[in-house]
Amino acid sequence: MKDHDLRRLIEGVKTGALSRRSFIKKAAAVGLAAPFANQLLGFNGVAMAQNATIEYKPTKAGGGGPLKILLWQAPTLLNPHFASGTKDQIASRIFFEPLAGWDKEGNLIPQLAAETPSKANGGLSADGKTVTWKLKQGVKWHDGKPFTADDVVFTWEYAKDPATAAYTTGSYKDIKVEKVDDYTVKVIFPEPTPFWADPFVGVAGQILPKHHFAEYIGAKSRDAPANLKPVGTGPYKFVDFKPGDILTGERFTEYHVKNQPHFDTLEVKGGGDAVSAARAVLQTGEFDYAWNLQVEDEVLKRMETGGRGKISAVPSGDIEFIILNTTDPWTEVDGERSSIKTKHPTLTDPKVREAINLLIDRDSIQKFIYGRGGVATASFVNEPKMFKSQKLKYEFSVDKANKILDEAGYKRGADGIREKDGKKLKYVYQTSINAPRQKTQAIIKQACQRAGIELELKSVTASVFFSSDVANPDTYTKLYVDIEMYTTTQPQPDPERFLNQFTSWEIANKENKWLGRNVSRYSDPAADEAFKAAQKELDPAKRAALLIKVNEIFCEAHVILPLLSRTRVAASVHNLVHDHSGWDVDTWNLAAWYRS
Amino acid sequence: MASYLLRRLLIAIPSLLGISLILFTVLAMAPGDPFSEMATNPNVPPEVREALRASFGLNDPIMVRYLRWLTSMMQGDWGFSFASRINVDTLILQRVPTTLFVVGTSQILALLIALPVGIYAATRPYSVFDQIANTLAFVGFSLPTFFTGLLFILVFSVALDWFPFVYRSDIAATGWRWYWEMFRQAIMPIMVLGLFQAASYTRYVRSAVLDVIRLDYVTTARAKGLSERKVTLRHITRNALIPVVTLVALQMPAVFGGAIVTEQIFRIPGIGSLLIDAILANDTPVIMAVTFVFACLVVIFNLIADLLYGWLDPRISFS
Repeated sequence: MKDHDLRRLIEGVKTGALSRRSFIKKAAAVGLAAPFANQLLGFNGVAMAQNATIEYKPTKAGGGGPLKILLWQAPTLLNPHFASGTKDQIASRIFFEPLAGWDKEGNLIPQLAAETPSKANGGLSADGKTVTWKLKQGVKWHDGKPFTADDVVFTWEYAKDPATAAYTTGSYKDIKVEKVDDYTVKVIFPEPTPFWADPFVGVAGQILPKHHFAEYIGAKSRDAPANLKPVGTGPYKFVDFKPGDILTGERFTEYHVKNQPHFDTLEVKGGGDAVSAARAVLQTGEFDYAWNLQVEDEVLKRMETGGRGKISAVPSGDIEFIILNTTDPWTEVDGERSSIKTKHPTLTDPKVREAINLLIDRDSIQKFIYGRGGVATASFVNEPKMFKSQKLKYEFSVDKANKILDEAGYKRGADGIREKDGKKLKYVYQTSINAPRQKTQAIIKQACQRAGIELELKSVTASVFFSSDVANPDTYTKLYVDIEMYTTTQPQPDPERFLNQFTSWEIANKENKWLGRNVSRYSDPAADEAFKAAQKELDPAKRAALLIKVNEIFCEAHVILPLLSRTRVAASVHNLVHDHSGWDVDTWNLAAWYRS
Repeated sequence: MASYLLRRLLIAIPSLLGISLILFTVLAMAPGDPFSEMATNPNVPPEVREALRASFGLNDPIMVRYLRWLTSMMQGDWGFSFASRINVDTLILQRVPTTLFVVGTSQILALLIALPVGIYAATRPYSVFDQIANTLAFVGFSLPTFFTGLLFILVFSVALDWFPFVYRSDIAATGWRWYWEMFRQAIMPIMVLGLFQAASYTRYVRSAVLDVIRLDYVTTARAKGLSERKVTLRHITRNALIPVVTLVALQMPAVFGGAIVTEQIFRIPGIGSLLIDAILANDTPVIMAVTFVFACLVVIFNLIADLLYGWLDPRISFS
């Protein structure tokens, strides 16, 4: 579909000639997913549908009895701005709410906001620099005080102060927030920002009550009693919390959504391991819901036969992928290996990289290892669908790989390993210790053997691999190996910030203490340019095209070999109707959970 | 006696200092940092992570950090947990009651089984009872607790559906119902730990009693015409239990330290699971505090065991 055709259709919706639904259908026919189509309409001044993600059936609040959630990593704190891990974000989201959250399709759903800002309702300025949020009126904090714009402005002041030591600082330090009136706030960005839904949205956006935290801004932040006894606007009120163990809550009778929540009490228990958490839901039914079950699908299927519960998987921004190192990891230059001043003896040859890409049996990896936990893919960005490259395809063919290597002049030696000019195709392939990853390594190693490439497998303890320890050579950002595999997370349903790992200024090196986000060290001026253009482009269709281009440049160069787009897997008992999203924490829409 | 006590306490100070220094250095040199979870999150800029490291004092040299830890520890400030940002002592005190209850009860259970079985087996060595008791004791301490724990869960929770296998410290019930729920959830971990401990205690008790039973004064007591019951309880057991008492005293730190594996399996919020969580999260202040408290308990209970020994056996003097 051409750009102007799309515009004509949008005009049609605006004037009423075309219904919203048929627009989305037409858009879907040309490969535009519903969230994208929705966003197109939103951008062009057609109001977003209030897309409730589950149908809420109970006709009154309360009466649902207890709800028991099991997190196999126990929450340790309840201040959302200190929450480093998902477990803490899940726990604090029970009590605190952002202005808007993300549903499983990547739609922005208002929570403490009265509506999602759009051009039509005047929420988004034409220059892309200001966002005006209208707040919901009549919302009360758990202690009965009203929620107003002051709380929103305060949350910004609190999180942006470096002395507060909030993990969410990144979302707030560069912006300005102004109170327009008691129920309107204005967010001002220093640059035109196409992806404006970051401050006050989702995980990083939960609003704190000014009257409880005002005295504890900055260095005193740790002393706030409300860090452990939260007072929020959420559907459940705080009762008791033992860090690392158990969290209990009760229904907030004055919750701002009619007839919600359904349950009378809430219990979140933590600890143990993922397999026994799945067992406590699927086999014994002791708990209603268990989160993030990184368990082999076969095990889950066996437990499901118990008949007490079910598994649900939602798409997320997690991508399991392989990096082929084009710098030389075995030569030290200026005190660092894998320096961009060096060249890898064989992996700089695009033919070799292309051959390796053909030797990855993604379908088998999905079928036999990850099951419902992942979808095989050739694209680095897969979700939301609007950002997925339609061009990138994957194939598994040992014959083709052999042919490419033969043509490129790599001859098999006496040991069966190919070489050219005395340089052998022998690589060290590293990942973190995790059963599915070791199995994946083995599958790829076998295929490579058949093509005359020898892989030496290396696995590093996750706590070392993912640490930022400057002195340790085995961290993933050091990339002191030829091939590396891990999962990286795209936290929001917008890949702009996520794709900065494909820019030249983010290359990890000694100078930035290997904190740079571009671990592959590969760069392409065209990718840099497309990324920079996307940061300023306000038209979502053009912007998506630019970001897809960045993705394609790296995947087509076969420096980044995506394997699987991971899903978030949760278990729940049969009669629990829940709503979890891969773009927000599992409890983002907890108020709407009910027992059927 | 008093001078002995004083001497031992003075010796304890350098050894505790040495222990703390070693612990701290090993922890500081171990890989990983408390902010690793942020490393793959593009929303947390590296500068933020660096600023946090600096504000928690993680970038200073090890010796500076150690001295800072030591001085504040002396003043009773145990530091705060990086993971939950609350004071470490609060965190530990929250966990102590559960650990004392579960591990303490299991120790009592172990003694209740081990004492009668061990004594009875020793008074009739190589009888059928002795053989069976010995075999079971062997089986008991050869099976690790993680195995029996999982076995119990599969049999009593999954297959029979009798007991819950997730331990909850907040039971939403009152009165008799509370006691009943508590019993139901605690029975499996207590049995797992108790039976394991009972197996090794039984063997100690048996061999201690066997040592004493052959001594001349026992023959004398029998020759005096005392009843067998009186001989066994008054003359044999009292003397045989001296090494057992020491053993139990040395076991006491473990009662406070919790049972790491069993606590993990049954999700018991005790000291052991606190330690594991802290290690996994690289939460150094908590690891330091728990291990150091554990070291102190070991030193103190060693001293108590020595003192008890002298009190029970007057032949030992401390001068």
